[in-house]
Amino acid sequence: MKWHVLRPLWVAIGLIGLILLSRQFIVPDDFGVHGKNFTYGYHRLSNIQEWKDFPVKYLGRESCIECHEENVQMLNASTHVNVECENCHGPSIGHPDDNEFLPLNTTRELCLRCHARLDYPNSDRGELLSIVDRRHKRRSKCTRCHNPHDPTEDMR
Amino acid sequence: MTCSRRAFLKDTVGGTLASVLPLSAFTILSQDEAKAAIAESKVRWAFLVDTTKCVGCGLCVKACKNENEIPYDAPVTRTWVERYVVTKDGTTHIDSPMGGRDGFITDTIRDVEIDSDEIDKAFFVPKLCNQCDNPACVQVCPVGATYQTDDGVVLVDRDWCIGCGYCIMACPYGVRFFHPDHKVADKCNFCYHRISNGMQPACVECCSFGARRIANLKDPDDPVTKTITTERVAVLKDEYGTKPHVFYLGLDANVR
Amino acid sequence: MTEDMVVHGVEWTVKELFVYPNEFIYWSIQIVMYPYMTGLVAGAFVLSSLYHVFGQKDLKEIAQFSLVFSLALLPVAAIPLLLHLQQPLRAMEPLLTPHFTSAIAAFGIVFTAYALIVLSEIWFVYRKYFVEQVHELKTKSGLSNTLTRTVYRVLTIGAYDVSDSAIKVDKKAATILAAVGIPVACFLHGYAGFIFGSVKANALWMSPLMPVIFIMSAVVSGIALCMLTYIVIMEWQAFRQKRGGGVAEAGEIKGAEKEIINKATRYLLGFLVAAISLELLDLIFRGYTAMKSWDILRSVMYGKDFVNIFVLQYTLGNLVPFVLLILPGRTLRRTVVALLLVLFGVFMMRWNVVIGGQAFSLSFSGYMHYEIPLIPHSVETFKEGVFGALTVMALPFVFFWIINKFVPSLRRDAEST
Repeated sequence: MKWHVLRPLWVAIGLIGLILLSRQFIVPDDFGVHGKNFTYGYHRLSNIQEWKDFPVKYLGRESCIECHEENVQMLNASTHVNVECENCHGPSIGHPDDNEFLPLNTTRELCLRCHARLDYPNSDRGELLSIVDRRHKRRSKCTRCHNPHDPTEDMR
Repeated sequence: MTCSRRAFLKDTVGGTLASVLPLSAFTILSQDEAKAAIAESKVRWAFLVDTTKCVGCGLCVKACKNENEIPYDAPVTRTWVERYVVTKDGTTHIDSPMGGRDGFITDTIRDVEIDSDEIDKAFFVPKLCNQCDNPACVQVCPVGATYQTDDGVVLVDRDWCIGCGYCIMACPYGVRFFHPDHKVADKCNFCYHRISNGMQPACVECCSFGARRIANLKDPDDPVTKTITTERVAVLKDEYGTKPHVFYLGLDANVR
Repeated sequence: MTEDMVVHGVEWTVKELFVYPNEFIYWSIQIVMYPYMTGLVAGAFVLSSLYHVFGQKDLKEIAQFSLVFSLALLPVAAIPLLLHLQQPLRAMEPLLTPHFTSAIAAFGIVFTAYALIVLSEIWFVYRKYFVEQVHELKTKSGLSNTLTRTVYRVLTIGAYDVSDSAIKVDKKAATILAAVGIPVACFLHGYAGFIFGSVKANALWMSPLMPVIFIMSAVVSGIALCMLTYIVIMEWQAFRQKRGGGVAEAGEIKGAEKEIINKATRYLLGFLVAAISLELLDLIFRGYTAMKSWDILRSVMYGKDFVNIFVLQYTLGNLVPFVLLILPGRTLRRTVVALLLVLFGVFMMRWNVVIGGQAFSLSFSGYMHYEIPLIPHSVETFKEGVFGALTVMALPFVFFWIINKFVPSLRRDAEST
C-alpha cells in the first residue's frame, strides 16, 4: 500500500481544522439561528439590542412641552396642530444641556414644502392653502407676516 | 491496486466532505438558542401609507436622515417620496429628487414644467423598507449579517456585514444602499430603536398629515391594524413573493 | 457633498428618467471580472481533464500547461471579489458563518474544495519531479540552491517514494482527481451563474439557463486562453531556439503544436455553439413570453446596449471567430486572432450580463449608464475602474511565471501521467 497518496488529504484536513478552530475564536458566541429559521434568522443575537440602543434624535412634542408650554399650547390650538415642533426647530436631542440653541429653520423653502401651489387632483396637496412662489412676496421671509405657531394670526 | 483505489476514493470523498464540515458546525452551535426563540412574538410590525394624504413635503425624509444618521447630502436614503404626474397625453412623469428630502415645491419634473390643466392625475407615494415576511435580501446574505427579528423587522448587523452588495441587488424595491460612512448595507428598519421603546418611527412622527402610520398586526385593537384588515389595501410588487408589510391606501397602477 | 464622503456607485452611475434614489451600479467592473476569471479557471481545468480523464493523447502537452495555468488563475478568481467588497477585512466571514441560502456563501466552500483538488492533482503529477529536484540540489551548494531545495522539500510533503508502483498510484490519483475536478469546476462556475440567475428582483438576470450559459461560455474562454497562452509561449521558445541556431528543433515544436491546436479548436467550437444556442434561446424566450419587464429589457437590448450585445458580443466575439476557425486553410495567425476575439466575446457577455442587468431601474421607468472610471483618483476609482480590471487581468500571468519556476509545466520532458 502506498499511503503517501493520503498526504494531500491530511493537509486538507489540517486546513479545514484550522478554519474550524479559528471560527471558535472569531465568531461571536451568540451567533446562530434565532428567528423563525436558518434562512431568515441566522445572525448575531446581540445585534438586536444594539439597534434598540441606537440614540433617539426626535424627542417629540411631549418633551418640548416641559419647558415651552405656552408655545406648544398655542400651536395645539392652531391649524398647525399636526406640525411637529422639530420639523422647524430641528431634532431636540441634547437640548438644552449640550445644545442650547436648536437650529431654527425659518427659510421660505421650509414653508413651501407644503404651501407651494401644486394642483394635484389625487393628493391633499391641492387642498392646502398655497401660494405661487414667484408671485407672492418673493423676497420676504414667511415669518415676517405669518406666525408659524398660529398661522391665522396677522402679525402685520 | 484495489487498495490504492480505495485510498483514493477516501481521499477525494473525504476531502469534499471535510470541506463541507463547517455546515455541521453551525447547527450544533445554534440549536438550543433556536428553540428558545421559537416562543411566539406578540408583535408584528407593519406600516400603512395613505397616498391620498401625502402632500409631498418631504419632512419624513428629512427626519429619517437626521434620526438614523444617514449623511444629509448623500443621494441615498432609507425612505423617500415619489411624485407621479399622469398627463392628458398618457405619459407618466415620475421623480424623486434627493429622495424628496427637500419636498416638491415646483411643478417642474426633470426640466419639464407641467401645467395643472395638462394633468389627469397626480399624487405622491412615500416608499420605505417593506419588512417582508420572505425577505429576498436576507435569503441572499452570505454571512448572516442581515436577518429578520421576531417582530418582523429586517435588520443589518453593521459589525458583520462584508459589503458584498448581494442584498442590495436582491431587493425588488431598491430600499437598500451602502452607508457612506459605515461602508455596509443599510436600510429602513421602521426606526427599530424608537418602536421598541414605545415611540413612533421618526417619519411617522414628523408627518403632519397622517399619511404614514405604524401598526402592530398582532394587536387586533390597534387602530392602524384595523384599517389594514378592514379597508382595501394594496402592497407593492407582490409578484416577487416577498410578502411585503407596508400597506398602501390609494395605490395606482402607475406606481412602480 | 463633503469630499471624504463616498457614496458607492455615485462616481460612475449616470441616471436617466426615473430611477429609485438608492439605485446605482453597485456591481461594476470587478463583478464583470469575477465570473470572467472564474470561467477561465473552470475552462482551463476542463481542458486539462480532457487529457487526464478521457485520454485525449494529443492534448498531453497543453493539458499539463492548462492544469498549472488553472492554478495560476485560481487566486485571481477571488481577487475581484476582494476588491469589490466594502469590508475586505471581513472576507473570511463566508467561511466562518456561511449562510447557505446565499449563493455567495457557497463560494468559500466550493472554491476551497476546488483549490484543494487542483493543488492535489498538481502534486500527484509533479511529485516525482519534486523528489528528483530535492536529490539533485543536494549536491549543489549556495544559498539559492538551499532555499530552492527547502521549497521542494516542503512541496513533497515528505513523500519520497518514487518507485514504479508508487508513481503508478500517483497517476491513478491524478486521474481520479481530474475526474472529480470536472464537476467541481463546473459547479464552481455554474454557481457563479446561479448568483445572477437567482436574483428574482433583476429581470435580466433571473433565468434558470444562466448557470448553464455561464458554464458553456466559461469552457469556451478557458480553452481559448490556454490555447492562446500556449501558442505565445511556444512561439517565443521557438523564436529563442532559432536565434540560438537550433532551426530543426524549432520546426519540430511547431509541428507538434499544430496537432494540439487543431484538437483544442474542435472542442472550442463545440462549446461555442452550445453557448450561443443557449443564449439565443434565452433571448427568444424573453421576447416571446414578453413579461412585464420585456418593454424595458427590449429597449436596453435593442436600443441602448445594441452595440455591446449584437455587434461586439455576438458578431465580433462569436460569429467572426467561428467563421475564422471553421474556414479551411487556417493559419496560426488566424487562430490567434480568432482566439483573441473569442476571449473578447466572452468578456462582453459577462459585461452585458453584469452591467446590462443594472442598465435599467427596478422601477422599469428609467436607465442607468456605467461610466467606467479611467484615471483613478481614489482607491475606489482604482478598484472599480479600468486599472483595477487590468491589474486583475495581468495577475494570472504573474502567478503563472512564479509557479512555473517550481512546477515546469512547459518542459517537454516533464514527467507526466
